[in-house]
Amino acid sequence: MNNPMSFPGYRRIHAGPVRMTHWLNAGCMLGMFMSGWGIYNASPLFGFTFSHSLTLGGWLGGNIAWHLAIMWVLVINGLGYITWGVLSRHFRHDLLPLSPRAVITDLRAALTFRLAHRLGHYNAVQKLLYLGVIALCVLVVLSGLAIWKPVQFHPLTALLGGFDTARYVHFFAMAGIGLFIAIHLVLVALVPRTLWPMISGRARSRQHEDDHHEPS
Amino acid sequence: MNHRDSRRSPPSLEPAQQRQLVDVQRRLLLRGSLSLGALAMLSGCNLQDGDSVDRVLWSMSRFNDRVQAWLFSGQRLAPTFAASELTEPFPFNAFYPQYNVPIVGASDYRLEVSGMVQERRPWTLDALRALPQRAQITRHICIEGWSAIGQWRGVPLGDFLKRIGADTSARYVGFQCADRYYTSIDMASALHPQTLLALETGRNLEALPDEYGFPLRLRIPTKLGFKSAKHVTAITVTNTYPGGYWEDQGYNWFSGV
Repeated sequence: MNNPMSFPGYRRIHAGPVRMTHWLNAGCMLGMFMSGWGIYNASPLFGFTFSHSLTLGGWLGGNIAWHLAIMWVLVINGLGYITWGVLSRHFRHDLLPLSPRAVITDLRAALTFRLAHRLGHYNAVQKLLYLGVIALCVLVVLSGLAIWKPVQFHPLTALLGGFDTARYVHFFAMAGIGLFIAIHLVLVALVPRTLWPMISGRARSRQHEDDHHEPS
Repeated sequence: MNHRDSRRSPPSLEPAQQRQLVDVQRRLLLRGSLSLGALAMLSGCNLQDGDSVDRVLWSMSRFNDRVQAWLFSGQRLAPTFAASELTEPFPFNAFYPQYNVPIVGASDYRLEVSGMVQERRPWTLDALRALPQRAQITRHICIEGWSAIGQWRGVPLGDFLKRIGADTSARYVGFQCADRYYTSIDMASALHPQTLLALETGRNLEALPDEYGFPLRLRIPTKLGFKSAKHVTAITVTNTYPGGYWEDQGYNWFSGV
């Protein structure tokens, strides 16, 4: 993965396909959340609705038009990412292996602010979060297909507990992704030097970067 | 064919040039965050202004029509349910409040037939009731997200179209209603065995109550609920896109489920 450095003093952290799909996904997600909340408001599952100012499309017809238009970009982008992640061994090298023991050790270290952040290397908690959100994205797409086409994709809808239950699955998968994004943004705010490599792909090389501990 | 290794070699930059490059990248980031603001402004795009974003949304909706027509199977049946699973009372839903439901007289009711058909004579209610009927208990799925299980009985639309000598190679079947509502469906969905011209509903299969579309409604379990037009007074078979009350405002035309 680590290409020869393009610039002296800089090293490659995120490959181009990761950055491109990450930012395209970020925009698509924002649009899917906002249009989806508008659709939710037409027939709320719970005792609350989303503020109209947080929705996209103005009215139900507009919400749905946005949702089912962005859907294609999101799915093509996601399939591209997964295909690339498997073929390039990004998943195998960067997100695996993952053991419960490593998660517990790293989680305990993180919660006591003793976990080092090493740019370009994921700790076990990060691996768990990234694999988890990828699984939630798969679930949100499957449950979305189940409520979009409950007759044509009936076996899928039945697997998710039928049309009405699949709506709840879709909602909770959305909420799980939303929770991930909230944690993700808090962590970026805590360790802001992780932001730039996701844009440029590179970070300044530091001597002993790997041993550098965040100030607690 | 660009060879991977033949890319130009990385330039070595002076410190001042490096700083310049970082500045350029900063500006790109700033522009990126401005486009997030632009997304917030897009929330005004609602299919009703005809601006360029609306035109993209409309053409994506037409693309989604084609995908859904391709996904649609004329043989695959919507799931059916037991009488014990009926939703009672069945929800009322229309583009007007319940007190504006049209009252159609049974004796002077006529179903008009037009377009690419051989027999254009209007149908009385008794003539429609005399045709072979079929019943179903299926899920009605509203575009708003709620769903309800109902029972309907009536004339399969495909049988009716064949009886009036409709050209089933036509693209559309359009419906006009007593409440100024109108809609249209594709021919493949019109010929689906569960697509009914429903005359009766409820646990005991009684004539449609006024608020559920007396005397005749379309019942099409392979499409969203707004396609099941109530108080149908005219059917036309055509190759000219007839649109629909909601479809012309921006609901997806095919709206298959």
